[in-house]
Amino acid sequence: MMGFLKLLARNRLALAGGIVLSFVVLLALITPLLPLAEPNVTNTAARFQKPFSEGALLGTDHLGRDLLSRLMWGTRLSLAVGFAAAVVAATLGAAIGIVAGFYGGRTDNLIMRGVDMLMAFPYILLALAIVAALGPGLFNALIAVAAVNVPFFARNIRGITVGIAHKEFVDAARLAGLSNTRIILTEILPNVIPVIVIAMSTTIGWMILETAGLSFLGLGSQPPQADLGSMLGEARSALITNPHTSVVPGIMILIIVMSINLLGDGVRDALDPRLKSGALSRPMAATLVSRKDPVPPAEGKGLLEVQELQTQFHVKDRVYRAVGGVSLHVKPGECLGVIGESGSGKSVTALSVMGLVASPPGVITGGAVRYDGEDLIGAPYRKLREMRGRNVAYIFQDPLATLHPLYKVGDQLIEAIRSHRPISKSEGQAKAIDLLKAVRIPNAEKRISDHPHEMSGGMRQRVGIAMALANDPDIIIADEPTTALDVTVQAQILSLLDDLRRSRGLAIVFITHDFGVVGQLCDRVAVMYAGRIVEEGPTQSVLETPTHPYTARLMACVPELGAGKRRLEAIPGLPPVVDKLPKGCAFADRCDRVQADCRQGEIDLEREGTRAVRCIHPVIPLKEAAE
Amino acid sequence: MGRYILGRLISAIPVLLGITVIVFLIMALIPGDPATAILGSYATPENVEKLNRDLGLDKPLVSQYFIWLGNMLQGDFGTSFSLNRPVIDEVLERFNATLILAGTSFVICSVLGIMAGVISAANQYGWADKGITFVVLLGISIPSFFLGMMMILFFSVNLRVFPVSGMWPIYGTRDIWALLNHLVLPATALAVVATGVIARLSRSAMLEVLRQDFIRTARAKGVHERGVIWRHALKAAMVSIIPVLGIQAGFVLSGAVYIEIVFQWPGVGRMLVDAILTRDILLVQGGVVFVAACYVLFNIVVDVAQSLLDPRIKT
Ligand code: SF4
Repeated sequence: MMGFLKLLARNRLALAGGIVLSFVVLLALITPLLPLAEPNVTNTAARFQKPFSEGALLGTDHLGRDLLSRLMWGTRLSLAVGFAAAVVAATLGAAIGIVAGFYGGRTDNLIMRGVDMLMAFPYILLALAIVAALGPGLFNALIAVAAVNVPFFARNIRGITVGIAHKEFVDAARLAGLSNTRIILTEILPNVIPVIVIAMSTTIGWMILETAGLSFLGLGSQPPQADLGSMLGEARSALITNPHTSVVPGIMILIIVMSINLLGDGVRDALDPRLKSGALSRPMAATLVSRKDPVPPAEGKGLLEVQELQTQFHVKDRVYRAVGGVSLHVKPGECLGVIGESGSGKSVTALSVMGLVASPPGVITGGAVRYDGEDLIGAPYRKLREMRGRNVAYIFQDPLATLHPLYKVGDQLIEAIRSHRPISKSEGQAKAIDLLKAVRIPNAEKRISDHPHEMSGGMRQRVGIAMALANDPDIIIADEPTTALDVTVQAQILSLLDDLRRSRGLAIVFITHDFGVVGQLCDRVAVMYAGRIVEEGPTQSVLETPTHPYTARLMACVPELGAGKRRLEAIPGLPPVVDKLPKGCAFADRCDRVQADCRQGEIDLEREGTRAVRCIHPVIPLKEAAE
Repeated sequence: MGRYILGRLISAIPVLLGITVIVFLIMALIPGDPATAILGSYATPENVEKLNRDLGLDKPLVSQYFIWLGNMLQGDFGTSFSLNRPVIDEVLERFNATLILAGTSFVICSVLGIMAGVISAANQYGWADKGITFVVLLGISIPSFFLGMMMILFFSVNLRVFPVSGMWPIYGTRDIWALLNHLVLPATALAVVATGVIARLSRSAMLEVLRQDFIRTARAKGVHERGVIWRHALKAAMVSIIPVLGIQAGFVLSGAVYIEIVFQWPGVGRMLVDAILTRDILLVQGGVVFVAACYVLFNIVVDVAQSLLDPRIKT
């Protein structure tokens, strides 16, 4: 509770709303004690006095009544009626909701049907019908406003109650032989009261507005008694000649409702945990870059060169080092495997290449990514966008989530082409069909008008591949493209990628957690752990003589090539959290070869020929392995 | 699609019946002898007897309901005693005016609300977002009737750019321009609150969608950021925005009551308020049932729009 209040107070707008509202409520409470003129005493000699005139701070109305006094009394009345309506609606609604939710079955069905019907009405219309039947008057307006808000409460509270009614403590109470009424009163009610209060705080503004509205229409408070709404209603006929009589009550309603809304928003934000973690942030068009160290010079190792890349996640004041200085390269026609457990930073590395790491919270803080020698990290968004899909294309995991659910796959393919060069509709259509044929989708002419959900997982991933091929890129980055698929489909997709690579001379960066896949497809492999590369070399060589204990363990987990999901988790222990990297070797806690010096300090990636390892007590000396 | 629409229409029947039951029950709350209450000052013995006969007011409640329902199904909503005219004629005429007002408002709030929400989300925490958020907060806090009055004061009285009230000029031609000229202020005043609500929900729907994987795919294939926001994200966000539009249509339709009073617009809302004040019960009853029924039918249109947008909904 204290934490909640603190959070609320941190929201400055909510705080301001709360202060204004408390002030208004306080004034309304002490109104009878204030030295105000009688609100209902008329004085036709002093009609329509302007504000700041003698004896009437806010002026007088059409009957010469003191506006300030009427405003205070009117505010008092409006607040009281709005609050009363909220309490009545909340009590009735909660009672109905609890009964429906607790008893369930037929009772629930019947009640909720009725609630739905009431909700099918345009709101104010229902209130009008009730006032029509009961006759105009403030009390009847209160009933009407409360009644039309009952369904809202009933529905909310029912939802909560259904959740609680099946909890163990309720079952326990039943077994203990408590009556239903007792259970509702002692077990259910205490748990739903907070929800009721919150729902009330968010609707009370509405209720004040609605009762004011009915009074404005002449259906609520009757003269001479006036709430804010009827003050406004009476002032309307003199709107043009004496606007101040309208402005005074109108502004007051605005102030009240706005402060309640501010406070309500604050309450909602304070209760929504997603806002706390910043998870509701929208990723920007390209990952933020803030590089402090000088950009490493080009080395000309390959078509794509990743140099000392560092990507971090900044969440509140914590920093997660997802990628801590990774260097990779790939040549045309070559396939590089990047392997590691989830959280090893392999996907973040891959997404950093084209600035696709979600940001916030992602920030690229160092290193370079070079395409044909040119640094992309510092490139402006326009340049990056032009290269995305045309020079470097991506294939993602789980195509059901990564294809747009509402567009036909053909249109998504055409759009990929059109983003880079203008083509006519029919040309695009033909190209889309060609692409689907290239990824061996049967019946391509028909399939282009399918939506993603109408295809099988394997077919969808073929579409994903076709989309990556749409602009004949030189490099494809495949981020676990087969993980969501079953084994046979997986094998088909792998052989498709392999064929495409050979026939088109594609460079492929293949991100996976699966050594079996690496062995099938990749020329070279880089093993990642805790955001860094721990071993690298030609696939064959690494498979035969793994030198890093982690690599060796990873391979031990692979039962056989191409069979099902392999369990990396079979390595005891968990990878370290990347915001608390230990000193020295990050794998030390899980390593069976660990020695004291492993934890001493930074361990370098040691190179020998084509092989490299980051370990001071490797399984086999690197020299031997490299031979 | 045809079958889907038919299905939705059929499932609307119980809702429509429910509406008539609710209105009927509310009217049964009227204290005293119903015929005298309905007739008010027109309660001559002959009138009372005729009404008792037409509406079966001397019969039990259940048969009264069915008589009333039967009459309505034949298009007979009774006669308004204060206007001395069949209720249905008056309602249809007035509803026409309300439809013009509320329809325009609905278009305004949908377009502006969605645009504001999208811009807000696309510039999250930027100045555009903050500005829109503040204006939206102001918009949803201001009572539409007060806003309408202030608009009259400013635009009609001070600037003299729009007429003060009414739907048509008192003298002069009744053409589309005259109507539009009279429509600007009331339609805007009516749209403000709904625009705010739609903007808020569109913003959060967009923020939700922008974090989805398929947005990253669109970016990865090189789609312009404009296309990412306005095509990919907005289309997906519409799935959750459209139901909100349906709900807001109801608020606009009923909020028209206030605006029609403020701007003296000859619509159904003003008719209802007048009818309540003159205790013309049959007119209230007929008006409420008619408008509520139209709203139910409108919601079917919303559902159909939703199913056209989202092919995953089984049609
Ligand atoms: S450095 Fe030490 S702890 Fe780290 S992997 Fe090598 S042997 Fe194990």
